[in-house]
Amino acid sequence: MAVSEYQVRPGPEGYLPPAAASMGVELPERGAALVEGRVVPEEEAFQAIAEKLLAARNPVFFPGPAVLWAWKDGVAEKAEAVLKLMKAVGARAIPMPDYRPKYPMINPAVEINPNHPNLTIWHNRIDVGVFVGVHCHYANVALKIIRGGTDCYTIALCGEMGHEDAMITLRDVDIRKLERLTDIARALAAAGPLRTGVMPRAGTAV
Amino acid sequence: MSKGLFKISPGFEDVMPAEYKELVNNGPYGKDLGVSDLGTFKELIEEHPLCAGCAEALALRLILASLPNSEDTVIVGSTGCSSLLFPQVAVQNIHSLFGNQNAVATGLKRALRLRFPDKVKDVLVIAGDGATVDIGLDMVMQSWFRRELITTIMLDNEVYANTGGQESGMSPQGAVLHMAPLGKKFPKVNLPEIAREAGCAYVATISPALPRRLGKVVRRAILVAREIGPSYVQIFCPCPTNFKWPSAQVLQKIRDRQKEGIFKVREYVSPEAEAYLAGLEVVKQHDEEQ
Repeated sequence: MAVSEYQVRPGPEGYLPPAAASMGVELPERGAALVEGRVVPEEEAFQAIAEKLLAARNPVFFPGPAVLWAWKDGVAEKAEAVLKLMKAVGARAIPMPDYRPKYPMINPAVEINPNHPNLTIWHNRIDVGVFVGVHCHYANVALKIIRGGTDCYTIALCGEMGHEDAMITLRDVDIRKLERLTDIARALAAAGPLRTGVMPRAGTAV
Repeated sequence: MSKGLFKISPGFEDVMPAEYKELVNNGPYGKDLGVSDLGTFKELIEEHPLCAGCAEALALRLILASLPNSEDTVIVGSTGCSSLLFPQVAVQNIHSLFGNQNAVATGLKRALRLRFPDKVKDVLVIAGDGATVDIGLDMVMQSWFRRELITTIMLDNEVYANTGGQESGMSPQGAVLHMAPLGKKFPKVNLPEIAREAGCAYVATISPALPRRLGKVVRRAILVAREIGPSYVQIFCPCPTNFKWPSAQVLQKIRDRQKEGIFKVREYVSPEAEAYLAGLEVVKQHDEEQ
């Protein structure tokens, strides 16, 4: 696998940031994950996600349609696992119920619009955002916009192959992986406070 | 897809925006609602970016209220005014390249029949006159020749409206438009006749000035396309912006055109489709009596 020098870090990276894939960042193989563009073993990513969420001032999950709607067997259970993880890290949820453009009005405190996710990030001063259950094509758009215009640290918990444009991405996320992540977060939280209260600054390694 | 798609995962009810909760609790999914029930349920579209007084917007509202199976319906649209609206509709929809809508709908319908052989999945094409009678006429007619089980609805606003007002095949003869200053030199294309000759089992022309009848026509067209053959509905909804009519007068203009005999409400039902629809009525009556 090619190794890229490009690091996927919080923005703002400008109006048209390059897609991480075009900078040589490749999706991880099964059992691996991406942390800021680097391929790492999955366990390392679990730890990084838990630390990042517990240290966040305002961690927010963005659950998408694939987890918000109980559209097939197993989704309700997955939703429950997401809720447990949110509780373990003290995060709240701003949903992305579908991908319809919410013109002429969007309330960024109530829902995140995939076409203007930066509005939600700015409005709610979100320092760490987690995408889960968002269909990949819209997650890709939203993650790139967020990296271009905000300093939000993004994490993608993807049921498919992952997202290069998130700062941390896990692939093939199922209930088992969500529970593992929850267990790690609980253990970390029990070990002591991680919250720094400092939002990551643009262009700095976090 | 199933009605479960419209059930919120337990635990997330509190964070869902109010309009989605209302759509789940009071929407038309899984209910037998129609145009006459408008005002009693959460509609599939509420806001839209179309012009004030747009008869096409009204027609779309009525079509959406008439869907017999909204939770399992896919609408295929094409470039035009309506394509500005469809992303905001709470029904599965696909935007196809200009004119390709019937080809896309064909593939979709066939795939859905293979994937869900035991379920009713309605595929509905809704496109403007440019996509249906001009650029897309080849794909539209070929789908009828092949007897594809899809419903084609043309929103006949008689002009290429959202690109500034060029004449379309459906513009009336003599029409002077923003970008057709010399006036159109030939009459409207008679697509309903073409549809009938091309093999449609159900063909109708209607306007949003007759809302209940429009609802009935759309419903019949969709039901016929489930079992019998392709169906075609032409909805007369001329563009007030390009014809420079006051917004509030559009429906009156449509009624005037009907009185003058320029626009006629028509319906063709093939004998096979007629027998099928009559059979459905018998079943419905029987169900109501039980």
